Amino acid sequence: MTENGDATPLVVLEGVNKHFGSLHVLRDINLTISRGEVLVVIGPSGGGKSTLCRAINRLETVDGGTITFDGQPLPAEGKALARLRSEVGMVFQSFNLFAHKTILENVTLGPIRVRGVARAQAEQRGMELLERVGIGSQASKYPAQLSGGQQQRVAIARALAMDPKMILFDEPTSALDPEMVQEVLDVMVGLARDGMTMMVVTHEMGFARRAANRVVFMAEGQIVEENTPDEFFTAPRTDRAKDFLSKILTH
Amino acid sequence: MNDLIKYGPALAEGFLENVKLSVMCGVLSLILGTVLVSMRVSPTPVLRAAGTLYVNIVRNTPLTLVLAFSALGLSDTLGLTLSQTPSTNSFWLVVLGLSIYTASFVCEALRSGINTVPLGQAEAARAIGLTFLQSLRLIILPQAFRTVIAPLGSVIIAMIKNTTVAVAGGYLAESAFVMKDTFDDTGASIPIFLGLAVAFMAFTLPIGFLTGWLGRRLAVAR
Repeated sequence: MTENGDATPLVVLEGVNKHFGSLHVLRDINLTISRGEVLVVIGPSGGGKSTLCRAINRLETVDGGTITFDGQPLPAEGKALARLRSEVGMVFQSFNLFAHKTILENVTLGPIRVRGVARAQAEQRGMELLERVGIGSQASKYPAQLSGGQQQRVAIARALAMDPKMILFDEPTSALDPEMVQEVLDVMVGLARDGMTMMVVTHEMGFARRAANRVVFMAEGQIVEENTPDEFFTAPRTDRAKDFLSKILTH
Repeated sequence: MNDLIKYGPALAEGFLENVKLSVMCGVLSLILGTVLVSMRVSPTPVLRAAGTLYVNIVRNTPLTLVLAFSALGLSDTLGLTLSQTPSTNSFWLVVLGLSIYTASFVCEALRSGINTVPLGQAEAARAIGLTFLQSLRLIILPQAFRTVIAPLGSVIIAMIKNTTVAVAGGYLAESAFVMKDTFDDTGASIPIFLGLAVAFMAFTLPIGFLTGWLGRRLAVAR
């Protein structure tokens, strides 16, 4: 898990709390993500998984506690925050590709505008990434012309184009038709094998078993259980996890 | 018909002034309106408040008052001079007043466009490290503009017709005032009325068609 020889954790959350009005969505979250680790976050809806994921690049602010990324506390705003976000890729449930830009422009926009990469170079790299996720032939199309699975793979390429230190996946397959889930998961498994640090909020047990180093089970805003995928799915330690797994695995 | 031939050239000269006013105000109000809407959606409360205050004051003040303020308040009382030639000075004062006024409508049309852009677009823009201004300029506004091209066309058409009250700002060279002046001397003439109305339609109808067509053509597919 320390492929680049750096043993310091990439992300550290300490005593993180967040409320939406009277709803306590994150309760005293302590979590460490190592470099190269693939962490899967599982749990019932409304349990705070997405909020946790979005807190790491500060799309959600937190009320209390600290989050450090690569040794630095998350900046509150401005250029420093933009720089942090450029180092943390994000893949959304609803893809969120830029609707008025072509597929290639979606992938090159960040490198050109944020990193100042020359257009020709960004396009070359963009095409390589699109080939890697299997969308090379669609580069000049617009997002609405692609299927959901294709759009999500473009979104992954867009995140990769920034050479991020980690990628956050917020339910990346939940909005997809069933037959498109696998093509997206395959790309994600490939990334995991290549050593990308990933935090994945998902209900895909198969992915968790194949690619995750660790599973975090969240419910009612708390981390209820942290475990290896094998142990979590075969012998969960907490009743809450057993209850959840029995509901999703029996049918 | 004879009236139209006799006074036509003078009216045409006046109409050319309406066209010049329209072009200047069109450009300025689109720029100012974009700045205003950026303020209204900015994360800085002071800018948001200033933008809201501007729109609510200017949009709810009659245009004739705005123009009169620009001529009497800004120019006569506060001594703002935009040119040494009096007629050029009042031309620019009218451009200023009408642009300030129209910008508030441009701002609100654009803001309704921004509201149609899904929140996820802004989140994705922020997530790749774009600053607020970059996301606005590269992601949000281009999509917002495309959605509101047709309503913006209506705002521009209203603005073109509003150039005919330039007299309230002390500018006497535009066609509606020339027409009234002519009528004062010679009595009203139906052909002149109709001639001028047709001239305005020839100017504004294509704008309506063009913006309607562009709006459909450039619509963002989701």
